[in-house]
Amino acid sequence: MKYAVKKFLMLLLTMVAVSFLAFAAFQLVAGDPATNLLGTEATPEKVATLRHEMGLDRPFLIQYGSWLVGFVTGDLGESYSGGPVADLLAARLPVTLVLSLLTFALTVLLALPLGLRSVRYGSGVRSAVHTVVNQFLMALPPFFTGILLTWLFSISLQWFRHGAYPGFAVSVGGSLWYLLFPATAIAIPRIAQTVRMLRSTVLTEMDKDYVRTAIARGNDRPGVLYRHVLKNSLVPVVTFLAQTMAEIVAASIVVEQVFNLPGLGRLLLTSIGSRDYPTVQAIVVVLAFWVVLANTVADLVNRCIDPRLGGVRT
Amino acid sequence: MKTLKKAVLDHRNGCFLAGCIITGVLLALILLGAVWTPYDPTAMSGSEKLMGPSLAHLFGTDNFGRDIFSRVLKGAGVTALVAVGTVVIGAVCGTLIGALTGYFGGAVDELLMRFNDTITAFPSILLALVCVTVFGSGKYQVLLVLGIVFIPSFARIARTAFSSLRDANFVQSARLMGAKPARILFVHILPNTLHVLLPAVTIGFNNAVLAEASMSFLGLCGQPPDASLGALLSEAQGMLASAPWYALCSGGVIVGLIFGVGLIGEGLQGGKGERNA
Repeated sequence: MKYAVKKFLMLLLTMVAVSFLAFAAFQLVAGDPATNLLGTEATPEKVATLRHEMGLDRPFLIQYGSWLVGFVTGDLGESYSGGPVADLLAARLPVTLVLSLLTFALTVLLALPLGLRSVRYGSGVRSAVHTVVNQFLMALPPFFTGILLTWLFSISLQWFRHGAYPGFAVSVGGSLWYLLFPATAIAIPRIAQTVRMLRSTVLTEMDKDYVRTAIARGNDRPGVLYRHVLKNSLVPVVTFLAQTMAEIVAASIVVEQVFNLPGLGRLLLTSIGSRDYPTVQAIVVVLAFWVVLANTVADLVNRCIDPRLGGVRT
Repeated sequence: MKTLKKAVLDHRNGCFLAGCIITGVLLALILLGAVWTPYDPTAMSGSEKLMGPSLAHLFGTDNFGRDIFSRVLKGAGVTALVAVGTVVIGAVCGTLIGALTGYFGGAVDELLMRFNDTITAFPSILLALVCVTVFGSGKYQVLLVLGIVFIPSFARIARTAFSSLRDANFVQSARLMGAKPARILFVHILPNTLHVLLPAVTIGFNNAVLAEASMSFLGLCGQPPDASLGALLSEAQGMLASAPWYALCSGGVIVGLIFGVGLIGEGLQGGKGERNA
């Protein structure tokens, strides 16, 4: 319990650091929002009035503080395109959230059994084939796989209609079915990476003395693998899976374009295109929070697997 | 250089060999593409629209009658240039920072690593996307941005490697013999970290190819004369129903680049357990 509280405090601290970094960077990068909004023909007086109205003449730290308070209470500021950023985000967040969770579920459900299976290929032809196939799958960029899946399942087999994402309001089942294809495209290289990681961790663990002892005492190999080795190999794998979450988020930005999904990635690109900095900033912070949260959850899961992990960092 | 030598000399290291062959062939083609392509990659031809792969057009033609093989050769050149540039910037700066902080430690080390932790919360493509809005799009801007974005991961790896050898016996003897820090870092420690750094370079290269292709796929990289593989792929997606070979060939080259270098990395890591101390 004490560990969880400590982790939670660390999480808050990291989130503050992350958001501060993003806020400071956008202050440097975006230039003066008032000038941006008014365009090039603004008179200095008009700019000064608007700056005062927007609170831009206050000290930097106060501005950050009020932005953070707004962020926590759900007020993400006004988009340059009109309307609150929070509404824009709320409409797009579910797609990206469900897509990354679906991808993550696929990765975990397929990678763990496949990885454990691959441990049995000691060294020989099967191991070599496994390595090469694994490297090949790791080399498949999600947006390319996405295009291939579109060609195969949409144009040739017509299992789904490309570009006709129904949305959760219309049909939950239909939306999940549509999202399954982008999720597969993102998951394939992730699964291959996780299998490789799990395999090398388990194989290193198998060389340890306690495994030899367990086998010498008459346990069979699968028994030792599942009862002893797996538990000891899981900690680095769980940490790795949390990092995978960051890569899934990054990949989904691109893959949403391939499948015409109305997610955060799409919103990010249009906002970048129109230099709508408040929206870009909000998306960047939300995605970073998502990644930080995944890391914290991984630490908590690891603590359950291995209670010896008491320190702040694993 | 021991890992490299070992990987080259070990005849059973099929991964390394296969990776070198794939990468070598692709690089040769890319270099060839820089000086000569079978057709002008932008020349349109009304009579040769949407032809499937044939001997005259190895990868077929698109719906403007342009030769896809020539376009892919040029595009792969841009992708490879950006990826190599990114890795050079990322690896050199990252190793330098990681070496100094890992070897000397102290408050600066602690501070930089905290900063590093915070930065890794942002997916690197996300950072690169945002930076490109500021610096503008174009292949050199993307190269620079990706290079900078890749520094933290190299710095972290180098830092771990250097700090683990900081008090190794051979480093202490070098110090006792009066070697200067620069000599200790780059003559004594650096060669002993190559078994970690070289595979990291191959992984970095692959991530760079992927990042560049993603960004140009999203249209944030080069304008048409500079169209890289990602831009070609995004163009090909529009012609997916009429010319599926366009997507297959331009994407296939990306896969080939990543696969080849990935195999080299796998081969370099072959004797991973040998140096646990």
